[in-house]
Amino acid sequence: MADEVKKEAPANFKVTIDNITIEVAPGTTVLNAARQIGGDVTPPAMCYYSKLQGSGGKCRTCLVEVAAGSTADPRPMPKLVASCRTNVMDGMVVKNITSDKVTDARNGVVEFLLINHPLDCPICDQAGECHLQDLGYDHGKAGTRYEFKRRTFEKEDIGPYIQLHMTRCILCYRCTYVADQITDKRVHGILDRGDHAEISTYISKAIDNDFSGNMIDVCPVGALTDKTFRFKNRVWFTRPVDAHRNCENPKCCGKATLWLRGDEVYRVTARKDEWGEVQSYDGKPGWICNTCRFDKKKTSDWVVEGLTTISRHSVIGANKYATLDMPKDTIREVMGGRDPKLLMNIHNVSGVNNPNIQLSEIDRPAHTGDFAKSGDHVNGAGESTQWGLKKD
Amino acid sequence: MGVNMQALTSRLKQVDRRKMSFIERLYLVAIFKGMMITFMHMFKKKPTINYPEKTRPFSPVFRGLHILNRDEEGRENCTACGLCAVACPAEAITMEAAERQTGEENLYREEKYAAKYEINMLRCIFCGLCEEACPKDAIYLSETFAPADYQRKQFIYNKGELLIPHPKEDPEAYKKALGNRVKRESIN
Repeated sequence: MADEVKKEAPANFKVTIDNITIEVAPGTTVLNAARQIGGDVTPPAMCYYSKLQGSGGKCRTCLVEVAAGSTADPRPMPKLVASCRTNVMDGMVVKNITSDKVTDARNGVVEFLLINHPLDCPICDQAGECHLQDLGYDHGKAGTRYEFKRRTFEKEDIGPYIQLHMTRCILCYRCTYVADQITDKRVHGILDRGDHAEISTYISKAIDNDFSGNMIDVCPVGALTDKTFRFKNRVWFTRPVDAHRNCENPKCCGKATLWLRGDEVYRVTARKDEWGEVQSYDGKPGWICNTCRFDKKKTSDWVVEGLTTISRHSVIGANKYATLDMPKDTIREVMGGRDPKLLMNIHNVSGVNNPNIQLSEIDRPAHTGDFAKSGDHVNGAGESTQWGLKKD
Repeated sequence: MGVNMQALTSRLKQVDRRKMSFIERLYLVAIFKGMMITFMHMFKKKPTINYPEKTRPFSPVFRGLHILNRDEEGRENCTACGLCAVACPAEAITMEAAERQTGEENLYREEKYAAKYEINMLRCIFCGLCEEACPKDAIYLSETFAPADYQRKQFIYNKGELLIPHPKEDPEAYKKALGNRVKRESIN
């Protein structure tokens, strides 16, 4: 096509994704254009992370069909393309959920991702906010065709706060980009190739960087988890609230999500946007430092702004009140300042949520001994001795 | 009620409001009729059984008191995943998880286990959703009732009370607790 006349590129490219047309700036990827439309049209992404340069192109879950390349060359692309790595052209027509080929390919990709991924969601701390879990729920098969032994690794501690479950890793490379781009020095990376590839620190060198904790947030699965939160609670039993503090670290934005149980801060994470990525403030991603994440586990350290908005479909929002304010205790007011007589104070009987045990203050997973040490029940202030109830 | 209103059932009986005759006013006939009905019942089959000497067979879908299951080696199945608690419409189930340490492998099947597990039988509505939700075959609704008690605190069942007897140390009690129902195929 030598005689093709080069036309001035229009200021905005018109792209049609699943019959929805949108104008985007040249150089936008198909995935980001779809994210501007939002909703179901957006392809899922396991490895692409808009805040990390160079990420994407590895997991293949964002495959889309390009039905027409551009206005100038409306031929369809012969194969499905990774939408995170394909830039839009003017007049491009993309099919995502409207294409059976894409759905079929995505199901296959999910099956491949789950070949080695263990099905230990009941144990995994990521369950409930895991992107692979969502993806598997949408596209996965009920059974597996894989008959061979799954690849397994020993659990590894990456620094004092982060635990690496290589078995669960899907090799998205996001954590290595975090180490490269946010921390000053990367000491971990991918060793070996292909099926043997694994993320590790060289000779188990500890990561003690100030921003290493952000690897936990970018990990789409439960491969990198917070050791201070490990096994403490399920994410859907904790209550996410937005909070901020004046962090001394100039690079830290100080804006975080606290995951509360009562008044206990079980976990601190960076705030996430609708795509599960770290929220941006003034165009800068809001990474938080390790001090905020791992050491500030008291509500007094933070200024609570309000409840985090959780998608209606997420399990995290289940069984929770949509307000932070406690309802007013009218009984005391009506009874002239007296406490109501309780027939039973649950803390006298129950061993769960013992107010004497602050699980959030232990910086490792709880063991049986932690529960036994103050097994004595709290004396209920208002416990009544009527109806033949007596303390033993 | 309007005269022309359509009857909702076929069992509708119009009340006879005519004045009773002398015989009727004596009520002797009516009393005799009633006594006959009572007398006839003495020869009918008794629906009452002498509980607790005799027990009724449970329906195969009966949902009774919960048990926490163990595997063949006696390790606790429960991994404190919290799915029963999130599925519970009455919010009766609470738990706290802990990490299995080396040397505890014979006690717990998975690396995480329920250090505390409680069911508030006062809240429980025995719907069986916890059993449906359990991915580890750990919680079952058995063929027993929650016994009555004078104190509320007896209805907070902790893990010790819920756990099935050890299959190796106490095989008879284990079998009894397992009940007559066919055990679901183990998932793992």
